[in-house]
Amino acid sequence: MNATIRELLAEHGSLPVSVETLANDADLYEAGLSSFASVQVMLALEEHFDIEFPDTMLNRKSFATIAAITACVATLCGDQEAAQ
Amino acid sequence: MNEISEIKAMDLVERARRVAKIAASHADDVDARGRFPEEAIAAMKAERLLGVQVPADLGGEGATTAEIAEICSILGQSCAAAAMTFSMHQIKVSSVVSHGADAPWHQAFLKRIAGEQLLLGSATTEAGIGGNMRNSICAIEVDGDTCRLEKDATVISYGEEADAILVTSRSHADAAPSDQVMTVFLKGQYTLEKTHDWDTLGMRGTCSDGFLFKGEAPAEQILPKPFAEIAAQSMLANAHILWSAVWFGIAADAVNRAQSFVKAAARRTPGTTPPGALRLAEVSGLLQLVKSNVMTALGQFEAARDDETKLSSMAFAVAINNVKISSSELILTIINHCMMICGIMGYKNGTPFSLGRHLRDAHSAQLMISNDRILANSSTMLLVQRQDTSLLR
Ligand SMILES: Cc1cc2nc3c(=O)[nH]c(=O)nc-3n(C[C@H](O)[C@H](O)[C@H](O)COP(=O)(O)OP(=O)(O)OC[C@H]3O[C@@H](n4cnc5c(N)ncnc54)[C@H](O)[C@@H]3O)c2cc1C
Repeated sequence: MNATIRELLAEHGSLPVSVETLANDADLYEAGLSSFASVQVMLALEEHFDIEFPDTMLNRKSFATIAAITACVATLCGDQEAAQ
Repeated sequence: MNEISEIKAMDLVERARRVAKIAASHADDVDARGRFPEEAIAAMKAERLLGVQVPADLGGEGATTAEIAEICSILGQSCAAAAMTFSMHQIKVSSVVSHGADAPWHQAFLKRIAGEQLLLGSATTEAGIGGNMRNSICAIEVDGDTCRLEKDATVISYGEEADAILVTSRSHADAAPSDQVMTVFLKGQYTLEKTHDWDTLGMRGTCSDGFLFKGEAPAEQILPKPFAEIAAQSMLANAHILWSAVWFGIAADAVNRAQSFVKAAARRTPGTTPPGALRLAEVSGLLQLVKSNVMTALGQFEAARDDETKLSSMAFAVAINNVKISSSELILTIINHCMMICGIMGYKNGTPFSLGRHLRDAHSAQLMISNDRILANSSTMLLVQRQDTSLLR
């Protein structure tokens, strides 16, 4: 799941740095993730995993790191282990 | 509201009204000459209004956003430039109160704001970036204990009169455009080289000239939180609410003038309803919409205030953006209606029903962070965020 998320982030995040260089807990906003790009990533994730982000997850924190995104997606997919 | 806070609010209203009276008597001259509303600002200082938002333990009065909005509206009914100056100052104070109160330097600065009634200015707009506040080209350079910043700031309201300017920039030379910080520079720690003259249609007294800003200060003056968080959690809401409060004040005064016009006509011809009366009823409903909008936003902001997640949510951002868009558009419709009611007496300058200044000042609202920019921003969020359809919150 983490690998897929990284792929989608690379494709839709318009980051000025390579996603491989980012640790799971690196701050994505500091790395240059714009609010526009974060929405594009969300849309790609919704499409790929066939999920819909609830309003409670639509805030900066949910998208602040790769780990945070993974936790949100895992929760929505019912993957308890990855959600931890 | 308990009894003590009611007395405090009453007292603030009284003080604001005294300032408004002075501001009103100079409003036309401020507008005509495009000069700083110095009498009104001096009166704000004398009534100690510049420090009201500072917490009581730091020498202020801990005024709520609703109380500050009310002051903005009262001032907006007398001189929009003075009111906008007050609101922009309070927006800057809110950033320091919300995000700097734990840092020793900023705590001491808050004490000075209240004690010395300092006036704070803002430099977010930058050449090449415009109103895209969440991006910067310029970068702050931290060299040991010192920080240096140069910014091509195309609009700094009352830049020359401010006692301090809060400036946004990238956080370091290699930072991404959205990785920003905000730094307090005190008068004496910067130079301003004028690049653009503020000769505008309205809001002339805000003296929002363009400057090449060059500052050097102790690095501890950089606000300790990323600007992204400051913007999301306090600045956007404060700006959109307090600006809207000023705009409501401008529109409210226009409606008052239109009402006096209709009333005078009714007195002259008892028994018949003057032609403007119907439009007055219509415009009263529109003004109520702006008021409801601002008051709802104040309630939402109050409810979310201590919850960083709620403040940073898309739902909150879209709601607050909507307040700015609709109040900035509605006031133009309202003042235009008032003009129809007052006719030539409203179109002419120097009558008790003149509305030219109101209309010109109100035209700045849609451009003050362009509505198109804000709509574009909301439209992105609405690709994932569902519209709030509940009447309970
Ligand atoms: C009374 C007043 C006082 C002000 N005081 C200050 C101050 O003290 N400090 C400060 O920093 N700034 C201040 N400003 C500046 C203000 O907040 C805006 O940043 C500024 O007016 C925007 O300038 P602009 O319209 O040239 O730029 P832009 O924001 O670049 O907009 C230019 C035009 O391009 C369009 N546009 C550009 N990009 C987009 C986009 N992505 N989506 C949709 N449309 C787009 C807009 O519709 C607009 O018409 C003040 C403005 C006013 C009116």
